[in-house]
Amino acid sequence: MVRVIDENGEVVDDAEVPDLTDDELVEMYRNMKLARRFDERAVSLQRQGRIGTYPPLSGQEGAQIGSAMALAEDDWTVPSYREHGAGLVRGLPLKQTLLFWMGHEAGNRIPEDANIFTVAVPIASQIPHATGLAWASKLRDEQDKAFLCYFGDGATSEGDFHEGLNFAGVFDTPNVFFCNNNQWAISVPRERQTASKTLAQKAQAYGFEGVQVDGMDPLAVYKVTKAAVEKAKDPEEGDLRPTLIEAVQYRFGAHTTADDPSVYRDEEEVEKWLAKDPLPRMEKFLKRTDRLTDEDVEQIEADIEDDVADAIAAAEETPRPDPVEMFQNVYAEMPKRLEQQLEWFQSIRDEHGDDALLED
Amino acid sequence: MSENLTLVQAVRDGLRDEMAEDDDVLVMGEDVGKNGGVFRATEGLYDEFGGERVIDTPLAESGIIGTAIGMAAYGLKPVPEIQFSGFMYPGFDQIVSHMARLRTRSRGRYTCPMVLRAPMGGGIRAPEHHSESKEAFYVHEAGLKVAMPSTPHDAKGMLISAIRSPDPVIFLEPKKIYRAFREEVPDDTYEVPLGEAAVRREGTDVSVFTWGAMTRPTIEAAKNLDGEIDVEVVDLRTLSPLDIDTVVESFKKTGRAAIVHEAPQTAGVGAEVTATIQEEALLYQEAPVERITGFDVPFPLAALEDYYLPEPERIESGIRDAFDF
Repeated sequence: MVRVIDENGEVVDDAEVPDLTDDELVEMYRNMKLARRFDERAVSLQRQGRIGTYPPLSGQEGAQIGSAMALAEDDWTVPSYREHGAGLVRGLPLKQTLLFWMGHEAGNRIPEDANIFTVAVPIASQIPHATGLAWASKLRDEQDKAFLCYFGDGATSEGDFHEGLNFAGVFDTPNVFFCNNNQWAISVPRERQTASKTLAQKAQAYGFEGVQVDGMDPLAVYKVTKAAVEKAKDPEEGDLRPTLIEAVQYRFGAHTTADDPSVYRDEEEVEKWLAKDPLPRMEKFLKRTDRLTDEDVEQIEADIEDDVADAIAAAEETPRPDPVEMFQNVYAEMPKRLEQQLEWFQSIRDEHGDDALLED
Repeated sequence: MSENLTLVQAVRDGLRDEMAEDDDVLVMGEDVGKNGGVFRATEGLYDEFGGERVIDTPLAESGIIGTAIGMAAYGLKPVPEIQFSGFMYPGFDQIVSHMARLRTRSRGRYTCPMVLRAPMGGGIRAPEHHSESKEAFYVHEAGLKVAMPSTPHDAKGMLISAIRSPDPVIFLEPKKIYRAFREEVPDDTYEVPLGEAAVRREGTDVSVFTWGAMTRPTIEAAKNLDGEIDVEVVDLRTLSPLDIDTVVESFKKTGRAAIVHEAPQTAGVGAEVTATIQEEALLYQEAPVERITGFDVPFPLAALEDYYLPEPERIESGIRDAFDF
């Protein structure tokens, strides 16, 4: 398993720290802190009934931020539904992530200049899309883009994982398949997903490289992702472009705010993984190498508190969408039957008023 | 200039013309390349356009449809073929969860301009899973268009319209009539618009709505009834969106209707046509709407399929019931 820093933030034997500037390293830390704070606030908002069901990411910041920062602007990410941290690095404002989990379709309207695909809720179903996007880029003779797809350990049991990776191998597409192995698919442990020793080794069956990395070590994640992205764009002779990265990590919280992890896993196990928390680890590394001071940390914490508060305020100030939006963007042009339904619906609104149609 | 083509040749002709016209169009699927498709719908395309635009894929329907969705979102216009419509189900999740919803979910940032082609329906003495008519599954899914041609001329023109459509299209080809007859098909590209039904035979007594391979036996039944009942035959051609105007206009003229489809009766597209008539033209109605359809049974193996599929005699009886009420 690839590692760069250990749990005390010390560089492990012989490991090479990725070639990032001091500012970039601090930015990585800041992004992870921001993702963590956002996550804490989002869980709390859900508890207060201010947003809907929400999938927390705490514990997974190293994997998300480390991988997303290894991408160039023109590269693409194809997320599942937990990659809020990767999303913020790639240009999806936190406000939009909140809006999506508040039930606004607009949350999924990716900004034009951000190469992020939409959230995919059915497990592993986005993997063939990532292969198709990369394949299309290759068919258009683009040599300069990589397509990174996120999914979890449970996804590796799905047929679409197999089909997506198999096509990627056969057609040698510029993909990076990034598995966030957080050990639990809701209540089912990693050992129940497969008898394979590692998830990374599954790549061998598709003819390309599989790498296992400490997913709670952002520098190691950055390093292996960067290498995979470079290979996707410009492989050595004899190498296939795709890579499967298994980022070994842990979700500290629930699968979503709808489940209680104490039902299915031991507190001891959680404690063991909490010791690997990517945040203190990175902080120690930065301080140890004189890139970060206590004052910097205080400043960062104050700044991100504001960032998250601003995002929440902006999301909560967003009015309920116009229900007409439900009828739009189903087809390029609205079919007659749908026009009729919309017309009827508007007459009902006119007759009764919106207040009467809404439950709360 | 035109050529006398079968329906499957017309499909091939449409694919060929549109690939020549638009570099973004590509064909993918199992055996579509060197083999030219198990029904020869892509014959010669591999030689003309090469392996990057006529792509033999691994044997994996969800992979074919899922990767095509990615390609379409990236700006290509993939036309994946599923070898038989009975094998679309491994890709059903991709169809309903993504192909149909990408535009909605992304609020128009991403679209899915792809055409999923599949031979469908019974009548060729095929093994199990090779004869079903499941168009209603796809009609039920908002975001998809569903088309089913019944003539070579329409097959080419509707396929070209489907490829040019900004929306994803399920293009179901009735294999019973792939080679049943020939028709003059223009050499040039042309569109037969989606969403428009065709009145195949005008009449004043009973409107019969049908589509796909059932169109021919329905016209035959209408002819057999000539002198007794004046039957209008409307080929719906596109099942989603339904051409409500043509259905209602025909029904207002006759006040009586029968629907012929080979899919099972319950919750078939015939039920939707019936509801449309009720909603839009109740006061014109003279008789219950007759449904002459497949039975609510799994499609039988070949030895019994003639009993399952509506044929002219059964259709005639149904039309008489609508007329004599």
